[in-house]
Amino acid sequence: MSDLIQINPQGVTGQKYWRSLDALEHSPEFNRWVEREFQENASEMLESGSRRNLLKLMAASFGLAGATACRRPVETILPHAKGVETIVHGKPVHYATAFSTGGAATGLIVQCHDGRPTKVEGNPRHPYALGATNAHAQALVLGLYDPDRAKLVHKGAARSSWDEFFGWALKSLTAEAAGDGAGVRILAERSSSPTLESVKGEWAKKFPAAQWVEYDAVTFDNPRAGAEMAFGQPLEPHYQFDKADVVLALDADFLGLDSTSVLPIKQFSSRRRVETPESGMNRLYAAESNYTLTGAMADHRVRVRASEIGSLALALARELNVSGAELKVLGNTSGNSQKFIAAVARDLAAHRGRCVVVAGPRQPAPVHALVALINQALGNIGATVVYTRPVVANPTSSLAQVQQLTEDLNSGKVKTLIILGGNPVYALPGGLAFGEAMKKAGATIALTAEENETWHAAEWRLPETHPFEAWGDARALNGLASIQQPLIAPLYDGKSALEVASALVRGERPSGHDLVKAHWSAQWGGEAVKRWQKALYDGFVEGTEFPVQSPSAAIPAVLAKVQEALKTPADGWEVVFFPSAATWDGRFANNAWMQEAPDPMTKLVWDNAALLSPASARELGVKDGDYLTISVNGREIKAPAMVQPGHADKSVSLSLGYGRAACGRVGQGVGHGVEPLRTVNGFTIAAGANVKRDGGKYKLVTTQEHHSMEGRAIVLEAALATYREHPDHFEHMVHSPPRVSMYSGFDYSQGYQWGMAIDLTSCIGCNACVVACQSENNIAVVGKDQVFRGREMHWIRMDRYYTGSEEDPQVVTQPMACQQCENAPCESVCPVAATVHSPEGLNDMAYNRCVGTRYCANNCPYKVRRFNFLNYHKGIEETTKMVFNPDVTVRMRGVMEKCTYCVQRIQEKKIDAKAQGRRTLADGEVVSACQQVCPADAIAFGNINDPESRVSKLKAQQRDYELLEELNTRPRTTYLAKLRNPNPELA
Amino acid sequence: MADLAIDPRMELNPPLVQGGMTYADVTEKVAAITEQAPPKQWYIALAISMLLAGVLFASLGYLVATGIGVWGNNSPVGWGWDITNFVWWIGIGHAGTLISAILFLFRQRWRTSINRAAEAMTLFAVACAGIYPLFHTGRPWRAAYWLFPMPNEALNMWQNFRSPLMWDVFAVSTYATVSALFWYVGLIPDLATLRDRAKTRIRQVIFGIMSFGWRGGARQWRHYELAYLLLAGLSTPLVLSVHSIVSFDFATSVIPGWHTTIFPPYFVAGAIFSGFAMVVTLMVGARYLYNLQDLITIKHLENMCKVMLATGMMVGFAYGTEFFIAWYSANPFERYAFVNRAFGPYWWAYWSMIICNVVSPQFFWFKRFRTSIPVMFVLSIFINIGMWFERFVIIATSLHRDFLPSSWGYFSPTIIDISTFVGTMGLFMTLFLLFLRFLPAIAISEVKGVLHQQINDQKGMAH
Repeated sequence: MSDLIQINPQGVTGQKYWRSLDALEHSPEFNRWVEREFQENASEMLESGSRRNLLKLMAASFGLAGATACRRPVETILPHAKGVETIVHGKPVHYATAFSTGGAATGLIVQCHDGRPTKVEGNPRHPYALGATNAHAQALVLGLYDPDRAKLVHKGAARSSWDEFFGWALKSLTAEAAGDGAGVRILAERSSSPTLESVKGEWAKKFPAAQWVEYDAVTFDNPRAGAEMAFGQPLEPHYQFDKADVVLALDADFLGLDSTSVLPIKQFSSRRRVETPESGMNRLYAAESNYTLTGAMADHRVRVRASEIGSLALALARELNVSGAELKVLGNTSGNSQKFIAAVARDLAAHRGRCVVVAGPRQPAPVHALVALINQALGNIGATVVYTRPVVANPTSSLAQVQQLTEDLNSGKVKTLIILGGNPVYALPGGLAFGEAMKKAGATIALTAEENETWHAAEWRLPETHPFEAWGDARALNGLASIQQPLIAPLYDGKSALEVASALVRGERPSGHDLVKAHWSAQWGGEAVKRWQKALYDGFVEGTEFPVQSPSAAIPAVLAKVQEALKTPADGWEVVFFPSAATWDGRFANNAWMQEAPDPMTKLVWDNAALLSPASARELGVKDGDYLTISVNGREIKAPAMVQPGHADKSVSLSLGYGRAACGRVGQGVGHGVEPLRTVNGFTIAAGANVKRDGGKYKLVTTQEHHSMEGRAIVLEAALATYREHPDHFEHMVHSPPRVSMYSGFDYSQGYQWGMAIDLTSCIGCNACVVACQSENNIAVVGKDQVFRGREMHWIRMDRYYTGSEEDPQVVTQPMACQQCENAPCESVCPVAATVHSPEGLNDMAYNRCVGTRYCANNCPYKVRRFNFLNYHKGIEETTKMVFNPDVTVRMRGVMEKCTYCVQRIQEKKIDAKAQGRRTLADGEVVSACQQVCPADAIAFGNINDPESRVSKLKAQQRDYELLEELNTRPRTTYLAKLRNPNPELA
Repeated sequence: MADLAIDPRMELNPPLVQGGMTYADVTEKVAAITEQAPPKQWYIALAISMLLAGVLFASLGYLVATGIGVWGNNSPVGWGWDITNFVWWIGIGHAGTLISAILFLFRQRWRTSINRAAEAMTLFAVACAGIYPLFHTGRPWRAAYWLFPMPNEALNMWQNFRSPLMWDVFAVSTYATVSALFWYVGLIPDLATLRDRAKTRIRQVIFGIMSFGWRGGARQWRHYELAYLLLAGLSTPLVLSVHSIVSFDFATSVIPGWHTTIFPPYFVAGAIFSGFAMVVTLMVGARYLYNLQDLITIKHLENMCKVMLATGMMVGFAYGTEFFIAWYSANPFERYAFVNRAFGPYWWAYWSMIICNVVSPQFFWFKRFRTSIPVMFVLSIFINIGMWFERFVIIATSLHRDFLPSSWGYFSPTIIDISTFVGTMGLFMTLFLLFLRFLPAIAISEVKGVLHQQINDQKGMAH
């Protein structure tokens, strides 16, 4: 199979290559051969699981085992006759590319080993990545090798070819063109691609009546619609958290799922670096219904139902006297939140021009307009909030357009529906019944990345390329364009949306490369070659940012409109839809890394749940895993309940992206689909819901079952003021006996001594490090059942503890990986010396020597060692094997593994330095995978013998502490105690 | 001899061999078991035992082919039933050598009727125990020889002699070797007896070889007695060392609930406790099966009950001491570990242990219960269960909640955990039943030594 995967009838050079006549003709036999995982008859026998068949197979296997000696497999090796200058086998190369969320791009650097993309990093030069990524971007590389991707063109269930498709499509569209394309509708995902924009222009010219609709299941339209309401034009707000001393987040998880990039985390955490007790620190207030990462970072958090955020914002506006006139009161803000609003208002007013109020994209447009007015009144616009024109087309109306499209479909107006990417049949609100409506189109064409719900509903089914396989471009939120550069030729017979769209309108089939290059070259004129190369190298096109605007609104007029639009929140239950931290809107459902990454707050894996407050759960009489029936507007779903401490009462939070009916083997049927509950009016927040207990129970599996620190000194935390007053505060929080040893110990004063410092003040617990580590270190995915048995393999465990009351707890997070103890308890107990210390202070694990007594794991006080209880790589597909990092051993069953401080990266840099004739590594040269990806820059790694290294400087701070230091393990990883900056008024 | 019954000395100290047996009676009684067809119950018991032993081998095969994941072990509970069963079997293996060696050195002549079977039990228990350290590893095909200090060219490295598991390997293998030697040396005169009584050629040859040309001459007896004494001296420290070293697996670690200096004596007392309980369980059965009431008398059984009472009190004291020290140390992890033991998710295991190990032996304060076969049989089973729970409580409850609450978990056994454990019982019973059938289960020559003294005493009294 592996020699066949690069089927690329039209390679990037535009030439059509073929391997055999069958391949050339795309004969059915050939296509079947490509599609089959195993050869003819190889898997059918297993399908009937009878004893006789099994015995036959076993006998045959034995026979064949002997037969292998008879003939060697035919293998053709084609070495380079001469070395190619740029290729050194085993030496990875890196390419810049881009990846979009909600139409907004982030710059990536992808590592390739011998032509295989293996690891994703943030592009350090790209202003929206600054070297970091989120967890989803890390998981892209696994998605590339997903064996369940759509591979070949199908017409109905029968195999077809691109030739056949284009032959049919062009004929059919020409028939339309006799008219003006009135019956043609294109439904695409949100895109900011300038090249696609120009192709859309061609469409508009050729088929002026054809409609191009873009949508996203996770909407970012509301902030733009709010800006339109306030300033008269749809604008994209840019909050500059690095300039804000005080931040108020209104149902805005800007540090988590409500951002399309990691920039807000970068900006926010830059204000949480407390180098000395005198350092300043920003202050974050959060009002939200669900407990999000932003709420966890907040210095003060109030739980408010999402539908009451508007009235809270209005109360704040009143408190701040935004308009000078009296504002109406909506609902009754309880005493607690009244006190909160008063204190926040005073704090904001005291930081005019240095504060920011931000509302989440779930909130309706009037709330965003109101927030814009508050920011304007506080003098923040132009200072901490700026606006640009949006990077997407139709920036505020995607939902309305999709609704219109559905109506057109239902009324039979649509002759040809072309779906370019995405999965609308699954992801669009159930209330639209898009899947039903789609059947009424004359012809349906779906270009999808996997054989999903939409694929199966369409007549023509086209495989889409992965972003790492196709040329394209995209804009970051501020307009900065990036070229999306492929890393590998398409593994299957896929094409990108750009290629299909242009082929359909032009009648010829230009390659993505030619399209993108032509688009940009046209603008660059004589400098085209140079600038093209520079854009590819940098990962973005210089000077393409949109101009920054600081609009101003007529406050009283807008406020009147806002007051009119804001409704008194309805009593009773509300349902709030969130993107999933794992599957986003379902697009990562077949990505095992994401499914197994524990939800940052609930620690739930391989599932979603209906989150509700402890009081609400008591009221309904449900515990974790009890089924709930949730109905809104006559639509109903069943989902298991899960108690989320700190959740607002009478509110249910649901994660999108689960319950996929057609997906790959990983994600199919995982979790409970909540999309059927969504309607156009209740797209993000649906009031007037009915929630009741249903019979039955469901098994929810989490990676952490105990949520209290039991009064132990695990995450040390204090207020900034306390730390200022007593810089030695944390030294007194742990009582440890004199740490003496009978032995003289090893002399660690020479050479490199690796160490790590993790700043808990800036760590937001986002999971990016967990997935980055998984990608870098070939960590196995074990599945829900094995996680239930306590056998997850992640080398980094993102610990999350609640402190305070169950109703209103605070949250602290702590990334927990091997602490690389100098006095490692694991080392002394291993009978075969499989885990030993290196002279550089690393606790090395020799997998080859390990016999798997698990004694080391038992004796690890941090419980960070992971054991291969089963062969977790069993049955892994050939394609998926390509994701492995060749610099890291893939562990077999029966051996122990754990964090190595990315020893392969240390070695690589040492070899590089040696090759360059250097004796020493500079600080920051060796970067561990978790450190590299961390958007909050919470992790420092380096040589602790160098007093000038960043890690040494962090460790020199007085809030640096060793976890469980009383055990005298002398860990090399230390933590910097968590500081919060509470408002004394609210304390 | 009728007047013997009224001798007050006899009342206080009844003869070790009863029923007025002569030397010939003893030989006949013991040797005949191996020469005649066994009773029907033996066949039934053997069939069941072998079936269970088959379950053991099937379970181990599945384990090796699939991985440790077929058991319930997880993170944080890296050791579950595997090491629990290992320690439990090793503990049971303690009584045999204790009875043979220590009681021999202390001239406790009542040991003679039970020492042979108890030693056999030791060997079989150690064999069962030995399965676990090997098969609980992730890669037993490597552990099988990497745990021994053999020269290896590929790695050119030694084992880690700091590891208590390494000490275990030496302690258990030494104990198994010395116990086997001691048992075999004790068997030699009796094997010669069987050889002399053999009616078939096969028996003559086999017992002829096995008895090493024993002729029973005075010089042979002198050498034999000396060798036996030396082996007894060699075995005695081993009784104390093996379980001390097994306890080091836990005591040298950092885990609260494991990290305690009381473990070595506490484990040894517990081992003797469980070992005697198992001897009582088996002896009551064998006595019934082969009508050995005259050789294995109530006095033997009562003495063993006294030992159980004493060692039961010792482990009870240890349980209390652990709690006291946990409180007195003011170490919050330690305190939590013990509160969690008694009142955490595994409370049922803890209180099962207390009831079985501390409460149930209290009945042995009363002679009525000490001399009642049904009572001691039931209580011995209770103690066996309680001692299993003790090991489970120490291993699982300490591991499942240690320092960082984020890593806390829970262990539940799988069907393979259970089948492996039940399977080792099958293996044990199979070996024991075969031993009863083919080898003299009671030390003929030693019982005769007791009988000799007894007869002389009687002669003295007749004067």
